[in-house]
Amino acid sequence: MSDQKKLKRRDFLFTASYAIGAVGVGAVVWPLVDQMNPDKSVKASASIEVDVSSIELGKSITVLWRGKPVFIKRRTQQEISEARAVKLEDLKHPEKDEDRAKDPEWLIMVGVCTHLGCVPLGNKGEYNGWFCPCHGSHYDTSGRVRKGPAPKNLEIPKYEFINNNTIKIG
Amino acid sequence: MSAHNYVPSSKLGKWFNDRLPLLSLSSHIREYPTPKNLNYWWTFGGILTFCLVAQIVTGVILAMHYVAQADLAFESVEHIMRDVNYGWLIRYFHANGSSMFFLAVYIHIFRSMYYGSHKSPREVIWIIGMIIYFLMMMTAFMGYVLPWGQMSFWAATVITNLFSAVPFVGESITNWLWGGFAVGNPTLTRFYSLHYLLSFLIFGLVILHIWALHIPGNNNPIGIELKKPSKDTVPFHPYIVIKDLFALLIFLILFAFFVFYSPNLLGHPDNYIEANPMVTPNHIVPEWYLLPFYAILRSVPDKLFGVIAMFASVFVLVILPWLDTSKVKSAIFRPLYKQFYWILVLDVLILGYMGAMPAEGTYLLIARVATTYYFVHFLVILPVLGYKEKTLPVPLNITEPVLGGSPNPDMVKKKELYD
Repeated sequence: MSDQKKLKRRDFLFTASYAIGAVGVGAVVWPLVDQMNPDKSVKASASIEVDVSSIELGKSITVLWRGKPVFIKRRTQQEISEARAVKLEDLKHPEKDEDRAKDPEWLIMVGVCTHLGCVPLGNKGEYNGWFCPCHGSHYDTSGRVRKGPAPKNLEIPKYEFINNNTIKIG
Repeated sequence: MSAHNYVPSSKLGKWFNDRLPLLSLSSHIREYPTPKNLNYWWTFGGILTFCLVAQIVTGVILAMHYVAQADLAFESVEHIMRDVNYGWLIRYFHANGSSMFFLAVYIHIFRSMYYGSHKSPREVIWIIGMIIYFLMMMTAFMGYVLPWGQMSFWAATVITNLFSAVPFVGESITNWLWGGFAVGNPTLTRFYSLHYLLSFLIFGLVILHIWALHIPGNNNPIGIELKKPSKDTVPFHPYIVIKDLFALLIFLILFAFFVFYSPNLLGHPDNYIEANPMVTPNHIVPEWYLLPFYAILRSVPDKLFGVIAMFASVFVLVILPWLDTSKVKSAIFRPLYKQFYWILVLDVLILGYMGAMPAEGTYLLIARVATTYYFVHFLVILPVLGYKEKTLPVPLNITEPVLGGSPNPDMVKKKELYD
């Protein structure tokens, strides 16, 4: 009877020691792991302002935001109507063009293929939008994936027009 | 381990050996009984050891001149090429050394598969070898990123993006790997640190690999277990040492050809353009030794399953000792396996070629067929073959096939021993 009691107390002590030890190891390992996450200086460069007054109709520019290219495209009427005519059920990742480009003339998106991160080429591919040379994903004039291995549409970053000529991204 | 009874001849040697038995170890290695019928395919272990040491020596030297900083890395590599005394030689040796290393490791792996060296009792040697191979791929990939050219940058982008296929936490993982929101300076510095670390990790595993080898001893072309030491074995030194050195010299001729006559043949010209996060090169390809896996990745139309298939293609190799159910080791006595083996070699070469071609049309179709066959070989053909195949009679020892089934009294004795 007393033997059994002793054993139980010892079991408890072992379990408690292991548990405290595990918490301690975890507390030591976490800083070693977390140091690899984006640091404060990286996070601080979170937004940029871009002057878009010189972009002509049908042209686009690429700017660097958070180390990634961002496409700023001033779309023609034809490109807009092409994008808006697409039925949602034809899309792999259904999104309305109206939701992607609030001002239909301006399409602003992260120029990183959602497959494996290459930069798609403009005015290329089977849907007159973008084409990724790495693994052959095709995007339409709204930057939505239409064909190929990419699972999602090109990402729309947070942005706003500060005035008629300037866009703030981030 | 036959050298337990070794006693050094000098008094000092004995004094030292009693405290740290390094002399016993050295004696064990010299006398290590090796099958006398080992052919030249068995010399690649020594060649690989040379490659690893050469990579570490040249790598440590390059690290003295290289600067791991995104704005300076590309320039510092050019500095090594143009300004550092013999820098061009050391860098070309290191860069081509990785290709030579992989060439040798592929021959080494396919030799094991042909002669059944992965089978019992050598599974642990094989698994350690596969871990080494996996670490080699990681090390080579990270090293390729360091010159910070266009191919470096986009290889880093594509490969790290593989992890974005993980459901829910994919983005957190990639940001953690990058130390930012895209591949950048923090990525470069950590790859540099890990590239350096992994080479020494591989070195440690190579020691375990050889240790595990010395427990059962070498397999041999006819794939039977031998009595060691016996008439069927020779001491490692000088017999195998000389043979390995001769093979290494031949191998070094090829090595020197690449280093001195076509140092950029296996590289990609785009890597002489500095990394530019705004433009992806039109046709990006990994180094030749990773192409078969790249082809498997691309042949699956779904992102997540493509990544899973690629990792699975390495994992099936790890469990090969249990997939290959045949009791007979060497392909010499397995007429059907021998054919399937060469089909697999061809299949992997086709995958490699498809990995270098654009992923569309006929290329994609062929890559898909080859990917399917790769998995069928390991998961269906090998397990079934073990039960269905009618194997040829296996000799009892190495001399028997030469002397015929002679009534040599020695052999009859040995036969009894084996039974």
